[in-house]
Amino acid sequence: MQKFKIILVIVLVITGLVACEKMLPQAPPDDELLDGPVEGLSYEQNRRFLAGDVAFNDEVFTSQTGLGSIFVATSCGSCHAGDGKGHPFTTLTRFGQTDSTGNQFLHLGGPQLQNRALPGYLPETIPAGATFSKFTPPANTGLGFLELVSDADILAMADPMDSDGDGISGVPNYAFLPSFITPVANAIPRNGKYIHRFGKKAAAYNLLHQTVNAYNQDIGITSTFEPKDVYTGQNIDPEVSDVTVQNVVFYLQTLKAPVQRKQNDADVIAGKSIFIQSGCESCHKQSLKTGFSSITPLSNKTFHPYTDLLLHDMGPGLDDGYTEGNAKTAEWRTPPLWGLGLSPNSQGGQYFLMHDGRAKSIEEAIILHGGEGQRSKNNFQQLSSAEKQKLIKFLESL
Amino acid sequence: MRKIITILLLAILSTASYSQIDPVLLRKTVRDTSGMIMNMDAVYNRPFLQLGKLPVALGGYAEANYQYLQEDGITEGHQFQMRRLTLFVSSSIAKRIKFLSEIEFEDGTKEINIEFASVDFEFAPLLNLRAGVVMNPIGAFNQNHDGPKWEFVDRPISATQMLPATWSNVGFGIFGKKYTKDWVYAYEAYLTNGFDDKIIDNAENKTFLPASKENKDRFEESFNGSPLFTGKVAVRNRNIGELGLSYMGGIYNKYEEDGLELDEKRKVNVYAVDFNTTLPKLNTYINAEWAWVNVNVPDTYTEQFGRKQQGGFIDFVQPVFKKPLFGFDKSVINAALRLEYVDWNKGTFKSTGGNISDELFSIVPAISWRPTAQTVIRLNYRYNWQKDILGNPPAKLAGFQFGVSTYF
Repeated sequence: MQKFKIILVIVLVITGLVACEKMLPQAPPDDELLDGPVEGLSYEQNRRFLAGDVAFNDEVFTSQTGLGSIFVATSCGSCHAGDGKGHPFTTLTRFGQTDSTGNQFLHLGGPQLQNRALPGYLPETIPAGATFSKFTPPANTGLGFLELVSDADILAMADPMDSDGDGISGVPNYAFLPSFITPVANAIPRNGKYIHRFGKKAAAYNLLHQTVNAYNQDIGITSTFEPKDVYTGQNIDPEVSDVTVQNVVFYLQTLKAPVQRKQNDADVIAGKSIFIQSGCESCHKQSLKTGFSSITPLSNKTFHPYTDLLLHDMGPGLDDGYTEGNAKTAEWRTPPLWGLGLSPNSQGGQYFLMHDGRAKSIEEAIILHGGEGQRSKNNFQQLSSAEKQKLIKFLESL
Repeated sequence: MRKIITILLLAILSTASYSQIDPVLLRKTVRDTSGMIMNMDAVYNRPFLQLGKLPVALGGYAEANYQYLQEDGITEGHQFQMRRLTLFVSSSIAKRIKFLSEIEFEDGTKEINIEFASVDFEFAPLLNLRAGVVMNPIGAFNQNHDGPKWEFVDRPISATQMLPATWSNVGFGIFGKKYTKDWVYAYEAYLTNGFDDKIIDNAENKTFLPASKENKDRFEESFNGSPLFTGKVAVRNRNIGELGLSYMGGIYNKYEEDGLELDEKRKVNVYAVDFNTTLPKLNTYINAEWAWVNVNVPDTYTEQFGRKQQGGFIDFVQPVFKKPLFGFDKSVINAALRLEYVDWNKGTFKSTGGNISDELFSIVPAISWRPTAQTVIRLNYRYNWQKDILGNPPAKLAGFQFGVSTYF
């Protein structure tokens, strides 16, 4: 009898444990995560997404697989935890260019500082006389949508001469394409230069360009697209395959757009109105639309990134004296605000905002706006404390 | 004619093979039951079977389990695993010369390792020479790792993911013991081949001492020509328990080759303390180990790879039902609990001064049934909280593990 009691207890314990789902950690709500694919990918596309996910988040480079010899990080995921914004630990430093004539320090390691090195090697230092700027890694989510905004739509938001007199101009960054990039069919070039859109200075044309540069400049990995070794400056064998690069590009293209939270909260709704009334939306455009894409879930969609993908003069306070492409040193591409409220989840529990992470809160980031953002900043400063809180609550909901 | 010879041969061989499993001819080696067994004795404190008067004794253990784990809503489903099959061969070559080997097949046959293969020469109780593949005596688990001895399906994370258990190397060393009435004092000291620069250059993206286990050449040649020293002192009281202090250290990087300097010499130092006891009356068994790792990582390398690590575990095992069950006279049912912590990167970021995380906390309640002392059936529930290097919200992993492990 005793035996059966024991068996019964054990069976009950096992059944109880297995039956209790609460004993297994559930997935956080979808709107609290930045990673994950857009809805509606095909089986084949899901496989490519997973392959890209593994290459991006799990593949760590070592000296044996091509790391360095000088580098900034050992993997893509090191800089973009959970596909969110990065931490000062992996902030990039770029140096050597002050105007549209190009980088004058390419022969001394420009444009990017590889500030770390394998044991036995020396990392780079910023050459004397070179100006520099620090770039905190951006979030990855929704990049595929941004890639598909047409040049025509970007140009429609530009106002180089400030024709409407709102103090906001906004210009695209035109630059030459690297040889491995094929421009999109509906591109609108100017004097052989094309509109670039990714990066703090909008110096990357598309996600392939961004990915190849990141492999090369951040991790020291050569590819058939960019065979030049950052340490020796010489062309060497590819250290990452074309397929892997393409899978990572596909992964970045198909990461979902951040989902806004608390959309029906009264303060959030009020904060959104204040955001628009304060003039923030002049640059941080709420809605954009994609063109045609062979990836159906991305094709012809309206989305809400809160950016215009244009360069804006942000005033002397944010002028580091360094630039890329056609941008001026005080010009920065409007960063998308979507996912802003989830930044602490990837930045170690706190905010590191603006291009170099100097702002430790949303309010501080707003206060740092100057130049074309000065008027909006002034409007913000004139808000009551309650209004400011509503605005910030709205931004945190993004 | 060939057929007749073949049939005769088969007949003879089949008789022989029957003889080999005749239990009458198998005898168990005598095990120490004095209560003064220490962790350093674990390698010989195993059940062996000897065939007739052959000088060789055989043994081993196997571990198989089922698990269902889920991390933040994502699961790999139901997994059945054959974690280990380990074979021991021991031999008394002469009165005071012994040989023992331990060969382990892990995860099917994905890994086949010689974990131990040494000859021991006893000159005096306080002076024994050991030569061959030895298990470096850092902490307690590395030497005392047999699956059937534990109530938990997984090995301690600090012992296997921070310390490199099971960590074996080729080398020489001495060991000895001194007994008094209630006390036993012991020491071990070995010089072996050691680590390599993979400990800070690996796909784990963290300082990871177990990465050196990938270097199978270490059984043939030292990575840098510098020996790794491992030493341990331990004391055991019959009524109190055992306390061990151990150190392992040496140069891990290749600092020169062909007479050319490649880098400065960089050291790894590991310190560990271990303790085990059985509480009187309650019969609660407590087993704990804590270790600290210091690695000389170049300042110009990434902070991703920690300069300091620390971690350990504590196990509580409480017998709750100690009566014959299903015909097993010495059956025991235990309730057990393991608490674990590992910090793979202890320090602060240069850029912000903020804390570097890269840490894990784990709690593992368990129920085990030992129909005999040498066999365990165990049910574990595991819950891990693991933070990345930045200290972002932890990944939560939990699930159930059911396993069997037995000596044979």
